[in-house]
Amino acid sequence: MNGATVVVVGGGVTGLSAAWWLAQDGVDVLVLDRGVVGWEASGRNGGGCTHIQSPLFAEEQRLWPTMDERLGHPTEWRPHRIRISLGDEDLAIEAALVAAGREIGRECTVLDGPAIRELVPIAGDDAHRGVFTDFGGHANPQRTAQAYAWALARLGGRIEQHCAVTGFDVAGGRVVAVLTERGRLGCDAVVLAAGPHTATLAAMLGVTVPLAAARNEILATEALEPMRHGGVDGNGLYGRQTLRGNLVYGGGPHEWLGDAPHHPNPTSPLIRSIAGRLAALFPRAAHAQVIRSWSGTVETTPDGRPVLDRLNDPANLTVATMSSVGFGLSPASGHAIAELVMHGECRFADLGALRLSRFGNLPADWRARRGWVEPELAAA
Amino acid sequence: MTHDPSSNARAFAPPAERFDVVVVGAGPAGCAEAIAAARAGATTLLVDENPVPPTHLGLDVPLRYGGRFDASALRGERLIEAMVLADPALAGAFDAGVDVRLGTAVWGGWIPGVALRAVPGRMLGLVAAGRSSLVGFDRLVVATGARDLVLGFDGVDLSGVVGAHGLHALVTRYRAFAGRRVVVVGGGALAEATVALVREQGLELVEHLRSPDDWVPLRAEGGVDRLVVARGDERRTIECDTVCVAIGSVPVIDLPAVLGCALTFDDARGGHVPVLDAGGETSVAGVRVVGDAAGTTADDRADWMRALLATGGATPPACLCEDVSRAAFVGVHPPRYLGHGPAGQTPIGAHPDHLKRLTRAGMGACQGRRCREQLALLLELEGNEAVPLAAYRIPIRPVPLNVLAAADEEPEALADNWHVWFDIPSMWTRPTP
Repeated sequence: MNGATVVVVGGGVTGLSAAWWLAQDGVDVLVLDRGVVGWEASGRNGGGCTHIQSPLFAEEQRLWPTMDERLGHPTEWRPHRIRISLGDEDLAIEAALVAAGREIGRECTVLDGPAIRELVPIAGDDAHRGVFTDFGGHANPQRTAQAYAWALARLGGRIEQHCAVTGFDVAGGRVVAVLTERGRLGCDAVVLAAGPHTATLAAMLGVTVPLAAARNEILATEALEPMRHGGVDGNGLYGRQTLRGNLVYGGGPHEWLGDAPHHPNPTSPLIRSIAGRLAALFPRAAHAQVIRSWSGTVETTPDGRPVLDRLNDPANLTVATMSSVGFGLSPASGHAIAELVMHGECRFADLGALRLSRFGNLPADWRARRGWVEPELAAA
Repeated sequence: MTHDPSSNARAFAPPAERFDVVVVGAGPAGCAEAIAAARAGATTLLVDENPVPPTHLGLDVPLRYGGRFDASALRGERLIEAMVLADPALAGAFDAGVDVRLGTAVWGGWIPGVALRAVPGRMLGLVAAGRSSLVGFDRLVVATGARDLVLGFDGVDLSGVVGAHGLHALVTRYRAFAGRRVVVVGGGALAEATVALVREQGLELVEHLRSPDDWVPLRAEGGVDRLVVARGDERRTIECDTVCVAIGSVPVIDLPAVLGCALTFDDARGGHVPVLDAGGETSVAGVRVVGDAAGTTADDRADWMRALLATGGATPPACLCEDVSRAAFVGVHPPRYLGHGPAGQTPIGAHPDHLKRLTRAGMGACQGRRCREQLALLLELEGNEAVPLAAYRIPIRPVPLNVLAAADEEPEALADNWHVWFDIPSMWTRPTP
């Protein structure tokens, strides 16, 4: 196995997208994954593509309608989101959606109860207010992750699965090689995009990336009659109706995990609450059979925002963690990471607020102070 | 230490009910375990999912009933008393003081551990009569038996293609079998037992296809009204209304799997089975697996798969729920709702969990019961060694949203601290550059 100009550590959607953007520029790129591409949180999320809070929002919205064509495989992307209010809890989000839409020249439509039920036939009588966005959307995470991998391979990019990184060689303030289970790989630049493992890997280079890992749960029903728009949220849940017709929804509490989490992604009795909230959001689908649930491990920084940063030392290291909100932004984050690697800065969006240095004064026990630590174990 | 109220650390209340021992499955092995536990002074709960609800019968959960039942099977509650009367072991369990609950399925289970810490003790999720609940336990005995191995041919999705275990249940437990003229497929002890059952019930054994080297099913036709069989290039038609696949049995290991018990693959025990010590205990202390769930017997399923492939080719269904052909599965074609599309590229490695995401095979409402083993065999015959087990997921039985939901109000601690995603306000606001 040979080295590469750029070695990307982490075969999730963020790393794969970055590698794919680099390969489009003709860069010799290699993606390493300790397991299989898209296997962790990249393939285990709700598929939302609507992140108005991100500096990459405009790029996210520009790219998604073009991704099937760019990647050459279906991502199952579909436009629009509908947010349903059962009470008045979502009015602030509604206002934020309206404002964000106007930034990119798109409008939101406020819906009353009958309008909601026309668009979302499984909604109930207590769905009294909603908003329809003329932007945003949703896609299939698993198919998208694989599409990045196939598109990357078609451009000559390489992917090595089941190849864990064990260390780095540094010389002259630069990473000169990535050490793996299967040998030493020379490189000119490195991208760390390894989700919860990013902190451990960065620590091998003397770089502190403050991250806490957590597990979130989601459930899926049997396939139902597909609705005109699948991207419907509300009642404390996020998710979508897939193109196949399954309702896939999550929400509610997460379990904080210890360092280096690695486990088979179990779910808890929380899925009863998710089921109850989903039945209340969609009373006309309350009979739908729940046929599976799963969890995914994500990481977050102390402020819940990404780190997308090309460091000064080592000078050829780019750190990318999306703080638990990575799938939908992946077309844009990959583009931004490629810019950081090739040009030292992102030329299409201001990522100054996403620098690692913002956490400079964090106390070492920041997780414990917030209670972002694994729960005590119940007596067996 | 600071507590994060948006986390699950204090989200779950202990279950209202608790038993020293819970036994899942009231067959001979389960009844014996429950009686022994109760006689030793343990508070003991014995649950059995039979009779299963009509929706499960229609979905082939947990057995391959093949739609070959009459309307009386849909009124399962009428059977509970008859089941107790017909089974001396169950009566013995009642006499021993066991809390016996029929028509009660287990849909989940949790052991506080490294992977999942917040659950307040060892628990099972139960569902009965349209309500779900949680029950705590100290010790668990899994006696869930075996289910049907279904290998495909054209028409395998028609009403009338049943499994040996499904046929047995319809004939003896439900007394609702709607067929008369049966073809039995398979050459081992299971097939012999099925032949005996057919004869003693006064049904007509039209033919017994014993060997994958002889006549094998090619295509079921009508509703089913006939079975076309093949031997090399020869073809002939058998008039029948039921095709019973009795090639092998699969240990029901979904509960040990979701509890995190170590599993292993053992041909001699019918496939993936729990790793057990001499006393039947799994890798998780206090969880034992007994009876057919601990392992069945070796069979010639790979030979049958090879024969069915040789005669039927690549077009018969591999996954019935999602309508995925053998060719579409091994060729990683996009699914039907994407118009099937051109053949995909094979992802690196042949993990069923990876392939099912791309092809939808195994993702349907039967939760993979009708295709799991066939998908693994297809990958094996493509030259993949040691095909991993496709993951089992909670709920291990299909449960409607409004049944899985707790009947009570959401606990205040949960409702008051519910967030769509983490409670980190700056996550949702645009940073100022």
